Amino acid sequence: MSALAGIRVVELAHERGAFAGKLLADMGADVVVVEPPGGAAMRRHEPFVDDVPDPERSLTWWHYNTSKRGVVLDWRHPEGAAALRTLIGGADVFLEAEDPGELAACGCDDAALTGTLPRLVHVSLTPFGPTGARSTERATELTILAGGGPAWSCGYDDHDLPPIRGGGGHGYAIGCHYAVLSVLTALLHRELGGRGQRIDVSLHAAANVTTEVATYGWLVAQQTVQRQTGRHASATVSMPSQVRCRDGRHVSSGVPPRTPKEFASLLAWLRELGLESELPEAVFLDMGAARERIDLSKIGIDDEVTAIFAAGREALTFIASRVTAREFFLGGQRAGLAVGVIYSPEEAFEDPHFVARGMQVEVDQPQLGRKVRYPGPPYAFERTRWAITRPAPTLGQHGDDVLAEAGLDVARLRASGALG
Amino acid sequence: MTVRRKALEGIRVCDFTGQLAGAGATKWLAAFGADVIRIEDPVNQGAWDILRTMPPFVDQRRGPDFGGGFNNHNTEKRGITLNLRTARGKEILAALVARCDVVTENFAAGVLERLGFGYDALRRIRPDVVYVSNCGFGHTGPYAKFKTWGPIVQAVSGLTFTSGLPDMEPAGWGFSYMDHTGGFYMAMAVLLALLHRQRTGEGQWVDMACCDVGLTLHGPALLDYTVNGRPMRRPGQPNGNRSEWPRMAPHGIYRAAGDDEWVAIACRNDADWRACSTVIDEEWARAQRWADLGGRLAGQDELDAKLTAWCAVRAKSEVQRLLQAAGVPAAAVQKPDERIDHDPATAEFGLWPVAHHSKMGDVRVDGLPVRFSETPWSIERGAPCVGEHTEQVLTSLLGMSAAEVAELRQQGVV
Repeated sequence: MSALAGIRVVELAHERGAFAGKLLADMGADVVVVEPPGGAAMRRHEPFVDDVPDPERSLTWWHYNTSKRGVVLDWRHPEGAAALRTLIGGADVFLEAEDPGELAACGCDDAALTGTLPRLVHVSLTPFGPTGARSTERATELTILAGGGPAWSCGYDDHDLPPIRGGGGHGYAIGCHYAVLSVLTALLHRELGGRGQRIDVSLHAAANVTTEVATYGWLVAQQTVQRQTGRHASATVSMPSQVRCRDGRHVSSGVPPRTPKEFASLLAWLRELGLESELPEAVFLDMGAARERIDLSKIGIDDEVTAIFAAGREALTFIASRVTAREFFLGGQRAGLAVGVIYSPEEAFEDPHFVARGMQVEVDQPQLGRKVRYPGPPYAFERTRWAITRPAPTLGQHGDDVLAEAGLDVARLRASGALG
Repeated sequence: MTVRRKALEGIRVCDFTGQLAGAGATKWLAAFGADVIRIEDPVNQGAWDILRTMPPFVDQRRGPDFGGGFNNHNTEKRGITLNLRTARGKEILAALVARCDVVTENFAAGVLERLGFGYDALRRIRPDVVYVSNCGFGHTGPYAKFKTWGPIVQAVSGLTFTSGLPDMEPAGWGFSYMDHTGGFYMAMAVLLALLHRQRTGEGQWVDMACCDVGLTLHGPALLDYTVNGRPMRRPGQPNGNRSEWPRMAPHGIYRAAGDDEWVAIACRNDADWRACSTVIDEEWARAQRWADLGGRLAGQDELDAKLTAWCAVRAKSEVQRLLQAAGVPAAAVQKPDERIDHDPATAEFGLWPVAHHSKMGDVRVDGLPVRFSETPWSIERGAPCVGEHTEQVLTSLLGMSAAEVAELRQQGVV
């Protein structure tokens, strides 16, 4: 049993909203993605299988459209618009990310829908909301992160270098996460006796409230954070926390040891590696371990506390210079220290822990005639099924089925030119 | 039928969450009308959630009721204290769980179980309970005992790596992005499990791990690896603010006039570049070599250098205005004050509601970036002070008398 079994979603293909549709589809909703003739723009996004550009070989399309069915429909054509309205009429959720005003052309805008379909949950994902001073501005994933706040906090200590946004399409992902939360909340409201509704998600607003202390530091205390290499942007400069290991790779050394127990663990780790004699500061680790407590407010005031605290950081940097990043991660964690190896995405994907947690799933990929490994579930439900039930649809793959199920005359639609 | 004004009215949550990764999830639920009751330890004054005592502060006052981040993440929740080291504390918790639809926590793996309230115990109390745990590495797998916080999750799940310039150490994310995102998925898990229960009557345990979530966010990059055998760890990667998927050029964050001022520009296609070059209106921009994407990608370093020179003598807002007028995506990199106090798009959206906190007074907090036509969210009450609603909850929900609560207080149970 999946949580969304029987929930029907009509999604207008758009790069801004595709991820939201995938999250719902992988949880069991019947998501029909509606593409224009010629296919969704995302089919032209790299990377392609073997780098051969082709609408059926886009790995971006493959990833963001798993578990969905696909139909081609020209909703700017009068017959296509009528067909889309019929599809939406049979759906629980209408998910779209068109620019404000675009849907008026097909009679699928808000006013048209809420009047006739009281149970429909209509989610509209736009850069700045449907109305307002900035609603007609153009946006991409990058400009959303730049204008919305996250980019300001990310980059290097050297401010001659620009802010650097994290790669991977997060400007859209943040909005999609809020869109999915909205759909689920509205569906639950309906299940508990409420009506459907119209929901607007603003990507710009979503980015604005996804910046942690950058926002509440200003709201509460009018503090402006400054970006720093590999660690939290902050109103005050903090110590570096990223360390280079013997193999040239980096680790996040986390918060340096602060308690006697942590100093004892760190010293034990140093000894286990046979490195104690090479680090003169090890004596301060011993002193830290022997103390009843370490008063961090005495750093810079009490010489011994200062030396102990500095030795913790020194020891981590020293150990890093002698081991690989992965050894540092495993050794540190086994010593009870919250440290992390900085993996590339594929290294994380192949790590035994994630493999053991089922984070690699195989999907039959008909284009290749073999199985392909995809990233697995973001949550492990005990009873509710998460599954990639089918690979992303090929262009128009389920058109006849979907249209016929809705009672539409496929031959007539085709003849009208509404199917492209 | 009475009209439901709040989407999650009638849902009650027994909430052990803290920091942003957990508290952010229940913040969403509370804003839509769920009754979220935070359970905290009276002995250490709720200090497990370190944000209770951490800056920013509204004034000179310090202590567990003055952390600005805690207030931001715990609006509209109630808070009680309960000493779970005592038998009576455990009894009261059991009574509370019996009246809750959901139990949420983001302790290290196994902590709630050691307190005697693992999933098996919870479902003995309430068979259809929805239990969502959220920890860095999850409750199973070789690293189940490892410790994490936001930056460690980002490092291990591959996110830190994706932010940086070629041949330099990672720039990483300058905030706990995965605390936000872990919270999103935790709230989704609660809602999905409630929908499942609504249909089947079954409760369940959802074992959520922030690192799993982080890993799933790399979709196309992972398929490039599993299908094409191309790892992201290779020369030239990651490549700053450039865009490979889809390919765009120019695409970056460029220096603007002033101190640490920047503007993002993204030309999605040749038409965007034509419009951009018309705005620039200089000889170099009209060169035929830039007319198509292939040419712009081949000469990207040079193109970026020229565009930087053009931007660097103009205010970021001016670059944004000129390019937007020509239909080209451009956005100033906004500093906190600019986007919070001077951006009509956040103000119009009502994004910074004022929440009233019992001790801090009226404080602006993060709102939600969504508008619901039927059941809008509402954030009016600030985070609970330590034990603020203990008496209210124990009397109204568990039917105790004020005298009984006073006795429990004396015994150190609450």
